[in-house]
Amino acid sequence: MKFTLSWLKDHLKTKATVDEIATKLSAIGLEVESIEDPAKKLGAFTIARVVEAKQHPNADRLRVTQVEIEKGKPTVEVVCGAPNCRPGMLAVFAPLGTFIPGSGITLEKKPVRGIVSNGMLCSLAELELSDESDGIIEISRDHADQVGERYIDVFGLADPVFEVKLTPNRPDCTGVRGIARDLAAAGLGTLKHEPRITGVEGTKDCPAAILLEFPKGQENACPVFAARGVTGVQNGPSPEWLQNRLKAVGLRPINALVDVTNYISFDLGRPLHVYDADKLKGAVRARLGKSGESFIGLDGKDYKVDETMCVIADDSGPLGLGGIMGGEASGCTDTTSNVLIESAWFDPLRTAATGRKTGIVSDARYRFERGVDPQSVIPGLDLATQMILKHCGGHPTKSIVAGKVPDARETISFDLGRVEKLTGVALDDAEIRTILETLGFTLTGKGQLLSVAVPTWRPDVHGPADIVEEVIRIAGLDRVKSVPLPRLHGVTQPVLTERQKRSRRARRALAARGMVEAVTWSFLPRHVATAFGGGSDALELANPISTDLSSMRPSLLPGLLTAVERNRNRGSADVALFELGQAYRGDGEGDQFIAAAGVRAGSARPSGGGRHWDGKAETATEFDAKADAAAALAALGLDPAKAQITRDAPAWFHPGRSATLRLGPKAVLAHFGELHPDTLKTLDVAGPVVGFEIFLDALPPEKKKTRARPPLAAADLLPVRRDFAFVLDRAVAASDVVKAAASADKALIQSVTVFDVFEGGALAAEGKKSLAIEVTIQPTSTTLTDKDIEALSQKIVADVKKATGGEIRG
Amino acid sequence: MTTTVDLAALERELLADVDKAADLGALDAVRVAALGKKGRVSELMAKLGSLPADERKAFGASVNAVKTKVSDALDTRKIDLEKSALAARLANERSDVTLPVRPGPESLGRIHPVSQVLDEVIEIFADMGFKVAEGPDIETDEMNFGKLNIPAEHPARQEHDTFYFNPKPDGSRLLLRTHTSPVQIRTMVKQKPPIRIIAPGRVYRCDSDQTHTPMFHQIEGLVIDETTHMGHLKWVLEEMCKAFFEVDAVTMRFRSSHFPFTEPSMEIDIDKGALGKPGEWLEIGGCGMVHPNVLRNCGLDPEKYQGFAFGMGLDRMAMLKYGIPDLRPFFGGDLRWLRHYGFSILDQPTLGGGLSS
Repeated sequence: MKFTLSWLKDHLKTKATVDEIATKLSAIGLEVESIEDPAKKLGAFTIARVVEAKQHPNADRLRVTQVEIEKGKPTVEVVCGAPNCRPGMLAVFAPLGTFIPGSGITLEKKPVRGIVSNGMLCSLAELELSDESDGIIEISRDHADQVGERYIDVFGLADPVFEVKLTPNRPDCTGVRGIARDLAAAGLGTLKHEPRITGVEGTKDCPAAILLEFPKGQENACPVFAARGVTGVQNGPSPEWLQNRLKAVGLRPINALVDVTNYISFDLGRPLHVYDADKLKGAVRARLGKSGESFIGLDGKDYKVDETMCVIADDSGPLGLGGIMGGEASGCTDTTSNVLIESAWFDPLRTAATGRKTGIVSDARYRFERGVDPQSVIPGLDLATQMILKHCGGHPTKSIVAGKVPDARETISFDLGRVEKLTGVALDDAEIRTILETLGFTLTGKGQLLSVAVPTWRPDVHGPADIVEEVIRIAGLDRVKSVPLPRLHGVTQPVLTERQKRSRRARRALAARGMVEAVTWSFLPRHVATAFGGGSDALELANPISTDLSSMRPSLLPGLLTAVERNRNRGSADVALFELGQAYRGDGEGDQFIAAAGVRAGSARPSGGGRHWDGKAETATEFDAKADAAAALAALGLDPAKAQITRDAPAWFHPGRSATLRLGPKAVLAHFGELHPDTLKTLDVAGPVVGFEIFLDALPPEKKKTRARPPLAAADLLPVRRDFAFVLDRAVAASDVVKAAASADKALIQSVTVFDVFEGGALAAEGKKSLAIEVTIQPTSTTLTDKDIEALSQKIVADVKKATGGEIRG
Repeated sequence: MTTTVDLAALERELLADVDKAADLGALDAVRVAALGKKGRVSELMAKLGSLPADERKAFGASVNAVKTKVSDALDTRKIDLEKSALAARLANERSDVTLPVRPGPESLGRIHPVSQVLDEVIEIFADMGFKVAEGPDIETDEMNFGKLNIPAEHPARQEHDTFYFNPKPDGSRLLLRTHTSPVQIRTMVKQKPPIRIIAPGRVYRCDSDQTHTPMFHQIEGLVIDETTHMGHLKWVLEEMCKAFFEVDAVTMRFRSSHFPFTEPSMEIDIDKGALGKPGEWLEIGGCGMVHPNVLRNCGLDPEKYQGFAFGMGLDRMAMLKYGIPDLRPFFGGDLRWLRHYGFSILDQPTLGGGLSS
């Protein structure tokens, strides 16, 4: 919403400066987006008279002029190149030192082809007032006695322009009067009275009948349509002051009839429409559109209408969209002599919906979709009639009011104590009353309990909280003083849920392994989502910002993998990234899950990546990913050794170098492994890359731990260590060997570790491998004899053989 | 009796041998030759039994004296030889200690600024008694708008640039939450007041330019009880800003505004003094007293309960505090950016130890 200072002062008696007004507007919820003060740009330009113009001695196209820049003072010499420059004319003069906005230069004292010019005579283009650069501005002789005065003052261009960003709840402030009312309430002046309008009702019949034709239940599309004709008007350009105001707020003056409606739209927030009555065929009807109908709008574009839209039509079909835009065919032109003025009320919701559907952005839509004051129907019609009579002459007809002005008056019972209860600010009852009354609320009742009638221009006020907002924003939000929130506990108590705590720990645990946390998009290209088990229709956005961000991610891995590739393209080959966040199995509430995923590429291993004198730069393998997953699970409170390892990782992993970690058949804790070459190809990522993904929601809840630790069980007897090497089929899992050995005597065997795996040489040809384990035996009560140890060793060998077919290596 | 052994000569000879021994091996040979079982001194001692009783004592004493002297000399020589052997070894054992070592993984890992800032904010609000509430990203129209007093055709909906999913057979369509306010609704529906929560999380708007990304992070707060008013709201926001920006004082102002879910509604501005640029106001979020309709929609009686809600951009807070110029790289996974703006695992924000130190 734009308005000028002088326009505001039509409604507000105030001495406040531009800055004071701007600060107050922003404080009370009318956020000032910009203030344009023309004086800052054009204040130096003055009216001047060309007294003499002679040919420049050194240039054919230039003239040397004597210019009177102040009445009765000696002239100054100015060089001018304009073809229309001649003695006696009035022009616009810029003294030395002036910045010329149109050309971007500052005038300096320097010779032009040998003659010093003491200023400049300017074109409209140089003042950025139009594109006209064919000659200097010629000012009418009517202004002869204003030589020396500021150009912007003489032509009414000095008015500062405010632009306010209106929140959608303030239709009243789509008119200058509403803004003035708010400022008056906030103490920046007094609201002027609106003059009474008389003598606008004629005796002849209105040039067209007005009919409201809505199906039952949809009458609210346009419950009231008032109209009046003015016959015998003389249309043409509107007066200069009116044109200047419209131009200042960014409107293009059209003709007096149209300009009057635009003026009232900005002045009172009351949109109107004018029809050339001679172009109407039959009655004017407000009705719903019919499919197949269309009209050419005032902007020259063809608009299709449908059954959801409110159209204004005559016998020829739709003339325009009610509350949004009129049509070209029935519009007023310079030749219009009989006019029909429309002042109606259109439903905000329907107007908004139609506006969105047609894409029309208009000043009428801006107002009607916020909710125009229904009580302004008749006053708006009368004011328009009065202004048309004044500027275009003619004779008014009788007015017609089809339908009824909707009764929007709401009364709220309001306890004055509510202000302090909600805001914490104790205001005098009198102050509260004054604020509300200045804003147009009507108060009845004495004491604390009031009955508050809401003005019809405030459709946003429905309850006591709304009234409190009115009071506190006008009284001043700076009066709200900080009050400490009462403390709930002496010492802060923990607030995180188990999952939140686990997420925190997993994040730090993975970063502690040298991985860098990334945050990647929740949406992916659909084919990528599909490659990771997602890509269902249910998780596809209807209006994605691009096809690259269209499917909700089924996994965190693809986002990380594409980040790996981007980093490689920037020269980082060794990448270890992780992310902790949400992914989606479906669109149901329980389908969103929290995962922690990580990827390693190149030599970015936990011991550090890149070439180093201390050792080879080994490529990260699935075992690094396994270690990452295990470390994260351990940080999440789960003993990774308790998880089963099954060879059934999803299809996006390498079938031979991946696994699933699970607790029982259903609870999948994690997957890890090398990514499948096909999947990487789909993502355009070069392999190999290893990764893992942990599902935090699959973890069993943490057991309540007693804080006191169990006593330390440290054996006094020395442990005994024995090594065994087995020859096994290559397919035998090391974990089976370890498990068989450990189960040989659960009381005595403390641990079993694998210290060597050999799959090469002659063994490879036989499809065999050698696996060596170290068994730690911890005697508890008595020292073991050689015989005891020998017996246990035999059992270990036998049990491993039984479980795996492995033979002890000779 | 011919016991004309020249003990003095033997002693001289043996001591000379000790001196001559060039290394520990040679020295041991000397020891064996002199004091070993069949050594020359030991042999003399063995003869002792065959001597007449009257000579035995004197001879024994003399041989013992020699033995002691030689033994002492051997010990001394051994220490000298060990010292020089060690010195020689150490002189030889020399590494280039200027060779670089690998940094530990804990120094390479990074925490994303959004995670770090969230941890900081949680620390602050935990101290004021706020729990952390979470909810799904995919929401219903009713949760994201309806219950928040934003009816279907409300103009405020247009400002939200909502991502929608395709309509279901029954005509309903799910959406990506445009704010974390649905979490407030879920909390109020589930829990009776008093309520103090913050709701952090990802939110989505179909908007993308230099300063907007289609996904970003928000943190909202909600307090509902029977007495909490705007003064408390102001205090909580001021305390939060002071603690978050780690400054002694923050100048804050409210500007009246409009949100459908609060009444009164305000924008929150802070003086950039907290960021070292005094005199300029900076909008950091929106807030207000929870709208009676919202309370009612959640089954709470607005005549009894009241409270405030606020919302801020978490990414933006990270940008302001840590001088990160652009929003877009937050979600790019660029290692250079993450290493530069990310945090060490050891930077665990605590109130006692300071959030960022």
